[in-house]
Amino acid sequence: MIRLALLLLLAAPAHATPLADAEDRGLAPIETAPAEPAPTVVLTGATVFTATGEVHSPGWVVLRSGKIAGVGAGDPPETKGTVIDATGKFITPGLIDTHSHLGVYPSPGGRAHSDGNEATAATTPGVWAEHSTWPQDPGFERAAAGGVTSMMILPGSANLIGGRGVVVQNVPTRGSRAMRMADAPEVVKMACGENPKRVYGDKGGPSTRMGNLRSFRSAFLAAETRRDEWNKAAEEADKPKKKPKRGAEPEEPARVDRNLDLETLVGVLNGDVLVQVHCYRADDMLSVLQVADEFGFSVRSFHHALEAYKIRDVLADKGVAINTWADWWGFKLEAYDAIPENIAMMHAAGGIPVVHSDSPIGIQRLNQEAAKAQASGRAMGIEISDDDALGWVTKNPAWVMGIDSLTGTLEAGKRGDVVMWDGHPLSVYSEAQLVFVGGRLRYDRDRTPIWSDFELGQEDVR
Amino acid sequence: MKALLALSFGLLASPALAADCLVVDGATVHLPAGPQATSIVVVGERIAAIGAPVTAVDAASGQATWDGSVCAYLDASGKQISAGLIDSSTQLGLVEVSLEGSSHDKDAGGSDEVRAAFEVADAYDPRSSLIAIARLGGITSALANPSGGLLPGASAFVDLAGRRQSEAVVDSRAAWIANLGSRPAKSATLDRLSALLTDARDAAANQRAVQGGSYRDLLASPRDLAALGVVLAGDAPLILNADRAADLEAIARFATREKVRVVVRGAAEGWLVSDLLAEAGVAVILDPTVYGAGSFDQLGGRADNPAQLKAAGVEVLIATGSSHHSRGLRQLAGNAVRGGMSHADALDAITGAPARAFGQRDRGVVAVGAVANLVVWSGDPLEVTTWADAVFVRGVQQPHSSRQTVLRDRYRELPGSPLAPLSLPE
Repeated sequence: MIRLALLLLLAAPAHATPLADAEDRGLAPIETAPAEPAPTVVLTGATVFTATGEVHSPGWVVLRSGKIAGVGAGDPPETKGTVIDATGKFITPGLIDTHSHLGVYPSPGGRAHSDGNEATAATTPGVWAEHSTWPQDPGFERAAAGGVTSMMILPGSANLIGGRGVVVQNVPTRGSRAMRMADAPEVVKMACGENPKRVYGDKGGPSTRMGNLRSFRSAFLAAETRRDEWNKAAEEADKPKKKPKRGAEPEEPARVDRNLDLETLVGVLNGDVLVQVHCYRADDMLSVLQVADEFGFSVRSFHHALEAYKIRDVLADKGVAINTWADWWGFKLEAYDAIPENIAMMHAAGGIPVVHSDSPIGIQRLNQEAAKAQASGRAMGIEISDDDALGWVTKNPAWVMGIDSLTGTLEAGKRGDVVMWDGHPLSVYSEAQLVFVGGRLRYDRDRTPIWSDFELGQEDVR
Repeated sequence: MKALLALSFGLLASPALAADCLVVDGATVHLPAGPQATSIVVVGERIAAIGAPVTAVDAASGQATWDGSVCAYLDASGKQISAGLIDSSTQLGLVEVSLEGSSHDKDAGGSDEVRAAFEVADAYDPRSSLIAIARLGGITSALANPSGGLLPGASAFVDLAGRRQSEAVVDSRAAWIANLGSRPAKSATLDRLSALLTDARDAAANQRAVQGGSYRDLLASPRDLAALGVVLAGDAPLILNADRAADLEAIARFATREKVRVVVRGAAEGWLVSDLLAEAGVAVILDPTVYGAGSFDQLGGRADNPAQLKAAGVEVLIATGSSHHSRGLRQLAGNAVRGGMSHADALDAITGAPARAFGQRDRGVVAVGAVANLVVWSGDPLEVTTWADAVFVRGVQQPHSSRQTVLRDRYRELPGSPLAPLSLPE
C-alpha cells in the first residue's frame, strides 16, 4: 500500500514553477532520432523469462515499432517480419544497471577521463552527469555485450549531493543528450558516510557524519525557502493583471532568479527528482530517512546499502529500494558488515533489491552477479525463482529509475528492450547473443561493429 | 583427524568421531584425468586412496570401513569435489579493511626500494576475518604478497587454517614480487632489476670482501641481496606485473637472460606474444574479465586470452588480485571457460597451476599422497549457482562459519530490535 501511495504521489502533476519552461528547454533533444521504423522481429522457441513471474518454455516474443507487441507460450500468433529461431536459447528483458559511471569515468582510465566527481564543493546539486558523459566510452559496447539495454549514469560519491544522474538507453550516439531515455524522470545522486567527510575533511568540511547531516539539512532548508519564493511568484503571475493607470508603465511580472543547485533540490521537494543515495551502514541510511521525513521527500533507493539486511523491515515498509553488489565487502570500514545474503534477505522481506555494478567490469556480468546473490539466498534456505532473481537486474532497477512503466519486464506495450542468451542467463558460461534496444538490434555477438571511435583503428582490438 | 567435529554439510549435525581416517563417497571428483564418480580416503593430512573399496557403510552413524579401519564417512552424493582453490595474488592476512591504514600489515615501510629480506609471513594474521570468509568460498591456500617499493619482500604461501602463523604458513619465501610501476618505463625498471640480480650474484661470489666492507658499492644491502639467492637458485619465482605485449616481450627476454623463473601478473595482451612467453618458460597470473579498453596497456585484451595462452603452452594461473574478494576466484575461472578455455584447464588455473608455480606440488590436486585440501561443492565448482558445502584443509573439516555467517544469523529474525532479549534463567 505504501508503495502504491508513493507511486501516486510521484505520478501527480509537477508543481508548476516559473522555471518549468527553462527546465524543459534544458532537456530538449539536440540530435535527431533515427527516422527508419524499427522492424518487426519474431523470436520463437526460447525459454522466455518475463520478470513478471511468468516463464514461457517454449515461448515467443514479438517486437514491432520499437515496442514489445506480444509475449506468450507455444507458437507465436503471427510470423510477419524477421523470424529468429531461438530454440534452446533464453530470452530476458534487457538488463538495467542502476549504478553506472560509464561515460563519466570512461575507459581507458586516466586523468583526462575523470569527469565523475565535481569535487570542488560538498554539495553540487546543479551539475548534471549528462554533461560529463562521453558517448564514445568503449564500456557502453561492453555493457551491451553483457545484455545491458539501459542504465542510470550517476556522479560519483565524493559529494554529499553530487548532482543529477541521467537515465540512458544503451545506444551509440554522438552526444549524451541523445542517449537519454524519453520520458524517464530526473534523478539526483547523494552520498552519506565516509566519502564526503574524507574528501572535504581537509577542504572546509564536513569532516564528520554529523557535519554531513548538517550540510544535507542546510541544503534542503535553502531549497524550502526558494521553493516558497517560486511558488509565490507563480501565484502572482497567475493573478489577473490590474489595468495599469493611465500614463503609468505596465507592472513587470515578479522577477525569478534561476539557480541550478536549488532547481534540483526543489525538484526533490516537489517529488519530480528521484533521490538516489549512496549509503552503506544501517544507521547512516536511517539518518538519511530522517532528513527525508523532516523535509517531506522520499528516498527512491539506497545504493550499495551493504547493511540493508539489518533494517530490511524499515526499507520494505517505506518502499525504499536497495542497489548493491552480490558479494563485495571490506574495502572500507562502512563496508565491513556486508554479507552475501543481503539481497536475498531483502527479497524475502518483500523489499526491492537490485543488483548494480558501479563498475565497468561488473556491468558486463550483471546476470552472474544476480546468480550469485540467488545462490547465497538458496544456501541459507530462501527460495528464489530464476525469474525473481532476473528481476533484480531488470524489473526492480526499472522501478528504481522510474521507468518501470516503460521497460524492465517483457510485457506488451513496453519498450523492445530484449536479450537473447545462448544459455541460461544465470550461468557463468552464458553470453548475450542478440541485444535489442528500443526494438532495434544493437548488439549481435557474432557481427557487431566497434561502437567506440576510440577503439577504431587500434592495432589488435578484436 | 583429531579435530574432526560435526562432519557434515551446513547446519546438519552429525556425531563427532575420533577416527583417524575419513571416507568421502558419492561425489563427482575432479581428478587430473577428468571428473569421475569415486571415493576419497583421507588419513591424517593427506589423501590415502582414491576409488578404494569401502564397506560397512553406515550413513546414519557416519561410519564406514576402509582397509580394515573404521573411518568417518561423509555421503557426498550429488556433490562435486575439487582440490582446494589457491588464490595466487592476495593480501589475505595482511589487510583487514582496505581504506583503513591502521588495519594494514603489508609493507616494510621506509624509503628503501629494496626490502627483499623482509618476509611478510611474519606479518600474516591467520585470525583475520578474511580467512574464514575466503575459505567458505573454497579457497584453501593463498599467496600473500607484501607491497611497497620495488622489491617489497618475500611472499608467503599459506594454508587458510590454523590460529597461529606456525600452523598456517607453508612457505615464507614462496616468491618475490617486483613492482614494475608505470613511471619510469617498465623496461627501465627491468634494467634496474637486472643490475640488482647482478649485484646479488657478485655479492654471493665475493662474500668475504662484501662482509669486510672492501667490495664495490652495491645497489642494495648485502642482507637483501642475499635473500635474492633463492630466486637466483630457481627455488622461487620473481613476480612481475605487466599487461602490454611490448612489456611482456621484454620480460620474456629478461627471464631468458637472467635465468630466473618469472611469473607475470596481468598479461592482458599475453595472447599477442604467447609463443615468446612459452619459449621463455614464463607463467602468467591473469584475470579473465579484463576487457581491453580499461587501460592503455590493455587495449588488446580479449576474452579468449587465457585460452590462447594455454593453447600456446604457457602455464596459466588465475587470481583475484584481491583479498576481500578472494571467494570470487572460481567465477573468474568460469569466465575463462566462457572465453573458450576448457573446464579442466580453468580449474587447473586455480588449483594445480598455482601449486606448481610456487613449489607446492602436493597441493592443488586430488591424488593419492597429496595434501587433503579439498572442497565439496553443491555442483560445478566454476558455476555461479553453486556453493561450498564443506571445506577440508590438511584433512581437517573447517568450521562452516565466518564473521559474515554470524552476522547473517544474528539478523535472521528482526523482532523490532537487532538482539532479541535473553530468556530469563530457570
